[in-house]
Amino acid sequence: MEKKIETQVPSRRRFLQKTLSLIPLAAAGGSSIVALSAPAAESQGVSDHYVPTYFNNDEWRFILAACDRLIPSDSNGPGAVSEGVPVFIDKQMELPYGFGHLWYMHPPFASAIPELGYQSSLVPRETYRQGIKAINQHCQQQFQQPFASLGHEQQDAILHDLDAGKLTFDNVPGKLLFEQLLENTKEGYLADPLHGGNQTLASWKMIGFPGARADYQDQMNLPNQPYPLGPVSISGKRSV
Amino acid sequence: MAAIKKDPVDMVIVGFGWTGSLMAMELANSGLRILALERGEQRDTYPDFAYPRNTDELTYGIRLKLFQNASRETVTVRHATADTAMPYRRFGSFLPGDGVGGAGVHWNGMLWRPLEADLKMRSTVTERYGKSFIPPDMTVQDYPFTYAEMEPYFDKFEKICGASGNAGNINGEKIEGGNPFEAPRKNAYPTKAQKRQYGGDLFAQAAQGLGYHPFTLPAAICTESYSNPYGVQLGVCNYCGFCERFGCFNYSKASPQTTVLPALYQHKNFELRTQAQVIRVNTDSTGKKATGVTYIDAQGQEIEQPASIVVLSTFQLNNVRLLLLSKIGKPYDPLTGEGVVGKNYAYQMNGGIKLFFNKQKIFNPFAATGATGVFMDDFNSENFDHGSLGFVGGATISATTTGGRPIQQMSTPSSAPRWGSGWKSAIKDNYLHNMGVGSSGSVMPYKQCYLDLDPTYRDVHGQPLLRMTFDWQQNELKMTNFIKEKAEGIVKAMAPDHYDVGFMGMNAHYDVRPYQSTHTTGGAIMGDNPKNSVVNKYLQSWDVPNVFVLGACCFPQNLAYNPTGIVGATALFAANAIRTQYLGNPGPLVQA
Repeated sequence: MEKKIETQVPSRRRFLQKTLSLIPLAAAGGSSIVALSAPAAESQGVSDHYVPTYFNNDEWRFILAACDRLIPSDSNGPGAVSEGVPVFIDKQMELPYGFGHLWYMHPPFASAIPELGYQSSLVPRETYRQGIKAINQHCQQQFQQPFASLGHEQQDAILHDLDAGKLTFDNVPGKLLFEQLLENTKEGYLADPLHGGNQTLASWKMIGFPGARADYQDQMNLPNQPYPLGPVSISGKRSV
Repeated sequence: MAAIKKDPVDMVIVGFGWTGSLMAMELANSGLRILALERGEQRDTYPDFAYPRNTDELTYGIRLKLFQNASRETVTVRHATADTAMPYRRFGSFLPGDGVGGAGVHWNGMLWRPLEADLKMRSTVTERYGKSFIPPDMTVQDYPFTYAEMEPYFDKFEKICGASGNAGNINGEKIEGGNPFEAPRKNAYPTKAQKRQYGGDLFAQAAQGLGYHPFTLPAAICTESYSNPYGVQLGVCNYCGFCERFGCFNYSKASPQTTVLPALYQHKNFELRTQAQVIRVNTDSTGKKATGVTYIDAQGQEIEQPASIVVLSTFQLNNVRLLLLSKIGKPYDPLTGEGVVGKNYAYQMNGGIKLFFNKQKIFNPFAATGATGVFMDDFNSENFDHGSLGFVGGATISATTTGGRPIQQMSTPSSAPRWGSGWKSAIKDNYLHNMGVGSSGSVMPYKQCYLDLDPTYRDVHGQPLLRMTFDWQQNELKMTNFIKEKAEGIVKAMAPDHYDVGFMGMNAHYDVRPYQSTHTTGGAIMGDNPKNSVVNKYLQSWDVPNVFVLGACCFPQNLAYNPTGIVGATALFAANAIRTQYLGNPGPLVQA
């Protein structure tokens, strides 16, 4: 069982600060750490000391900041960062999925109409690496700061532009990066905690999904009735 | 030339899913030496599908652990012959199976018999509406057998599966609660119908009010204590919500593992080799006789396996590819219309409406099987008059829930944001309080929709990928627009707070990205003569009579229903013909 640390500092802020404190100052570029304004919720599942395996310091700051905007902590509960979604994404990059080993990636590559599906030569690891670099260059040019150092409104505006296909780059289409990021962020937030995200089962609790209970014979006899039990994970973790 | 040559066997079975395992089981007591070659891994209920590990949506539902790995092998897709086909790099639209049990492990369990008209499609449509009703490019044809001929095999497959459902027609007597359009059956389903969900109840009420005939979906999901004719005991389903894309941990959803393999593995004359990918069927110098197959094993060695009978029972697309790679049968040419291998590729035409209610209605989508729901057949096949509508075929309309997996099966209204706090609110407000009404439609075959080998892209072994040339045609788009109106009428009667309609428009093109259906059919179709088909009604190759080709590749066109009922029944029918006719007198079972 995780030990609950008694402290006045909201754990999400702690998570960000401690994670970022691992980044050498030189790499952080002397700028302030990720701006924090959203109300933070208690989280006892996430390691404060996670060191990313795939992402470098700049990329990790981007992932933390972007996940925090895509699924923020708010009155509906914890968001992606305190639930460990950045950890989930980092872990995914080291699996066959991150290397594109689940997709047919043989050449020749060519562009095609959207209905013929994914035709990029980029695998998820490269989509992130090249995409984050391009976004940070863009932010440096426009605002003289990397994405992670911008205010929430500026970050949201950039994410909206990527989503709408209004912001794109030479090596990676902005939309491709956005879809990769949004897809992985939602996956981590809603998947079983064994993959690194959804550490307190907050998303399942919020929506009413019982997780791995997997036995609803009796509930089938109760149409239109609420299911009485809270979620449980594959490892037996229950929501608070 | 293969470096290693194995001892000959009597029958080699290529692909070990539903049809391969049924064939092996039906012939296991014949004394034949039977060998099954499966390209994927060994899998069984324990340990591969064990609870709680199998309730992992990310691993199975999203990363598709039980499916064919696209990095090794896929297909290429284009809309028309003039286009360049591009690889189906990332699976979406359809999900071919792999491993012991094949697609029979991770299917939903929806189990149908075809309607009588489905098997006589060309003659029924011609009789009813005249010959000119069929568009000139539509190559629809009759199945080479009647429903009555096939009835005992539908019955047998349902018993093997421990299927659940309400019969609607036993020996011509209509029974309340079942599907009034179904063809006469000799027996009821072996186990009682599945429990209904609240969404199904609401749909049934509205459909009934409009004069339609809703019924509980028949399914290969066991609902009572039951042992099948092979002596294998199934488990009683507990509605865990992890059927679709998952193996069943509860021995309830019928798969080769839950219904056939425990009995088959008792037979000493049966052998299974996994991670054995067959790359071609070998023939002798005449090209009229198969001598066995060549496969690549886990170490990458090429191995020749001699056999007297070759059974191709891989996934529909791969069966067609193996025939083309082995040069068995004449490849189809869309320009001349000559040749048959690759002809009549078809798919399914689906649509759906999402219904959003306020918090007074709670649907508990996680409590489900892959096949819980209520269907109606009023606009399927020839159950209604198409005369004034101008299209061939039809669709089922249903309210099914196949689980409440939060990553993939989350529904929010189209007006909701895709991310941010607004998205969080939307999933919180809607997860328990929405349901769907969907349609599954038939797709007719066309001269311009076919399968052949791709000239550019290759698999991990350097062999050409299969190329799919397919797009939606006006007939199916007209059909689905008609169905949309009918489905919307039911939805309005259900009075949701809001609904979003998702049906193809008249200018839609086939899109490989969203999941639609794994019910790809055709390419090695059955018929009554070698000019119109690859195999005869016993699924025996016209060109090489000691080759049998099983599965949905043999469907002349696709019906609105899920295919597994006919796939299982025709495999049993072919096995019976081999046992009772072919073994005593090897050669063509139907004279060309």
